[in-house]
Amino acid sequence: MTTPAIELKGISKAFGPVQANKDINIRVMPGTIHGIIGENGAGKSTLMSILYGFYKADAGEIFINGNKTEIPDSQHAIAAGIGMVFQHFKLVENFTVLENIVLGAEDGPMLTSSLRKARAQLKQLAEDYGLNVDPDAIIENIGVGQQQRVEILKALYRKAEILILDEPTGVLTPAEADQLFRILERLKDEGKTVILITHKLREIMEITDEVSVMRRGTMVGHVATAKTSPAELAEMMVGRKVLLEVDKAPAKPGRTILEVKNLSVTDKWGVKRLKEVSLTIRAGEILGIAGVAGNGQSELLEVLGGYQKATGEVILNGEAIDLTGLHSDGQTRRSRGIAHVPEDRQAEGLIMNFTAWENMVLGYHNDPKYQKNALFMDNAAIRKDTEEKMARFDVRPPLPELTAKSFSGGNQQKIVVAREIERNPDLLLVGQPTRGVDIGAIEFIHKQIVALRDAGKAILLVSVELDEIMSLSDRIAVMFDGRIMGERDPEKTSVQELGLLMAGISGEAA
Amino acid sequence: MDFLLLLDTSVLGTTIRMATPLLLACLAGLFSERAGIFDIGLEGKMLLSAFLAAAVAYTSGNVWIGLLAGIAGSLMLSGIHGLASITFRGNQLISGVAINFFASGITVVAAQSWFGQGGRTPQISGAARFDPIIWPGALTRIRDLLQANLSTKIYSQIISGHAIIVYIALLAVPLAWWILYRTRFGLRLRAVGENPAAVDTAGISVIRLRFGAIMIAGVLCGIAGAYMSTALQAGFVREMSAGRGYIALAALIFAKWRPWQALGATLLFGYLQALALRPDIIEKAIGVKVQVQLLDALPYILTVVILAGFVGKAIPPRAGGEPYVKER
Repeated sequence: MTTPAIELKGISKAFGPVQANKDINIRVMPGTIHGIIGENGAGKSTLMSILYGFYKADAGEIFINGNKTEIPDSQHAIAAGIGMVFQHFKLVENFTVLENIVLGAEDGPMLTSSLRKARAQLKQLAEDYGLNVDPDAIIENIGVGQQQRVEILKALYRKAEILILDEPTGVLTPAEADQLFRILERLKDEGKTVILITHKLREIMEITDEVSVMRRGTMVGHVATAKTSPAELAEMMVGRKVLLEVDKAPAKPGRTILEVKNLSVTDKWGVKRLKEVSLTIRAGEILGIAGVAGNGQSELLEVLGGYQKATGEVILNGEAIDLTGLHSDGQTRRSRGIAHVPEDRQAEGLIMNFTAWENMVLGYHNDPKYQKNALFMDNAAIRKDTEEKMARFDVRPPLPELTAKSFSGGNQQKIVVAREIERNPDLLLVGQPTRGVDIGAIEFIHKQIVALRDAGKAILLVSVELDEIMSLSDRIAVMFDGRIMGERDPEKTSVQELGLLMAGISGEAA
Repeated sequence: MDFLLLLDTSVLGTTIRMATPLLLACLAGLFSERAGIFDIGLEGKMLLSAFLAAAVAYTSGNVWIGLLAGIAGSLMLSGIHGLASITFRGNQLISGVAINFFASGITVVAAQSWFGQGGRTPQISGAARFDPIIWPGALTRIRDLLQANLSTKIYSQIISGHAIIVYIALLAVPLAWWILYRTRFGLRLRAVGENPAAVDTAGISVIRLRFGAIMIAGVLCGIAGAYMSTALQAGFVREMSAGRGYIALAALIFAKWRPWQALGATLLFGYLQALALRPDIIEKAIGVKVQVQLLDALPYILTVVILAGFVGKAIPPRAGGEPYVKER
């Protein structure tokens, strides 16, 4: 039997009262792509950060190629042939690609010769693995896909034999993700060992050889990818059966809630972002907007949410909405019955340094029920309100005093969704409701959206995840280049047809 | 009116002398802030060093021992700053302010208790002081200089006639540039001020690097302080740093954290300080008598203008002021 490239025995790690890893055992065979899957907060990243020497384990042993190895810091991990691509890249933004690669692996105290040597080696690596990046480009000027390549090159430049990637596709477009997978396969062909941390079942099924499943800090099982199924993995991850499909009854659309006519947005550089968009949404239906990111969906949400000026007409419940004047703001929109779960929860939905209870009233802070008197807010009432909402939306941990940033992505999103849905709006705008959210939370959020629909509300859903659009929407509109390319019935369309529309090829022409 | 008078060689020579402590302090701030540690305590380090240098030079009769004492004092304060803001991840501004208060108080108290001259050291002279180095062939007597041609004046008054520390400070500029941009240490130092996590995951100790940077700052501030009390003046008087630490910080922002620009910025401040010493020249040059108080205030006014952001966008090192904590 071959020796495992990595073997971890009995790894435990606690952050204060939180046990992030409990007695973890795992073996990774050389020359394989090994997936580690688990929900957000299951302890995957912590485990790998311990392997990379970024955190120190409280207990446990690490064996590299059969030899017991101490990894007190990243220097030792690098020396042991381990490289890591973190979820949030560890790059110096205003350095060049070359400088970032050389940093910490210079071959002498003088820079010029180190850089010269690195340049030659980089060229070789780029050829060997198909990793082309301009060595003189400044990091902040290149896209995330390229930045990720720099991270991989950094590891390879340090002669990594074992490459750990933490949620590498979270920031990538589907095409970039495909490219990444080709690169990983190439690395595997060259004999490298790859550990892929993800919470996306599709990625595990597509590329890994073996998979280890983690749940709440423990390792719940190891299986060969070929011998498992997404449903089985999902059940292992969550600890119960999970519905990967949304269970919903046919829509019973009622009166028209929202009517949008010829909506256009021109940005500050004079580029038209939204071009004469018209659509209607009735009570009790979900209109899904499909499209590749950056084709006007964000602008549509921003206009309806009240923080982007536009021309055209928007009629809500039979009354026109002010699109440019004094009453064109989020506050007014909310008072008219539009709730908004924005696309970027960390930048637009929450204030990360505020507590959960403070976040729970953002945008609704003028509600009389939160006021104690003319001067003060009724913080006790807000806290109580937050506790109830957290309980109903299963936010974990259910502690109103925690800051938003201390929740996992899924729980942050639940806070935003709870805040908006609990207002019982006539129209709910939802952008990327499950981006970076784990399976259990996705299922929950989807259920809530459908429940709101069934309560006779109108929902505008924007998502770049086609699966999500297909399973949630009652009607699908596809956006391309600021226009609506067409509308389709999810029961009667196909991914292929939608894909063509998303690429700007209209159904009639195709 | 003759604006050329404003470029009088004696004023320009004084400019260099006045700019020297600013330049050293500015470079100190540059190393520290490029590594991500804000150092508002430049002022206090200079002050303590000025006192120790003068006191020890007077007592020992050797200015070099005084210089070493000054550097040691400044380094000690750097160590405190590092302990507070790097090791214990305290607030860098508060630590810096504390250092300034400490230096401001301890120098006067110690001076009073050692020398009993109202918080100052006795006048120092001879081997206890850095004397100007007169370059071969340079003129020193005013009568000779008045008759000399321009190139002789430039040679005698701008190039020649400064204490050794002035030349060290000027050499420190290309040296700082070279260290920052041409050495491994410089690359890492710049990186740790931009994204310490990148440095940490590359297997380099963030703490060691940052301590290294503030120790360099300590040495430079020590030299700056010693220069003030043993070369620019002959002895320590209370609060003699007179806000130079803050002016150096303003110059640092003006220079956008780059060494050559730091030289330019500190020369500008030095020039204003030099002009303030020569109201007669200003009166001749612009034909109007300007209040000395206004001239004295000019460097400080410029500081305010720079700090208010009137000199274009200055982007500080991105991790500046933030203690490094591994994210959870």
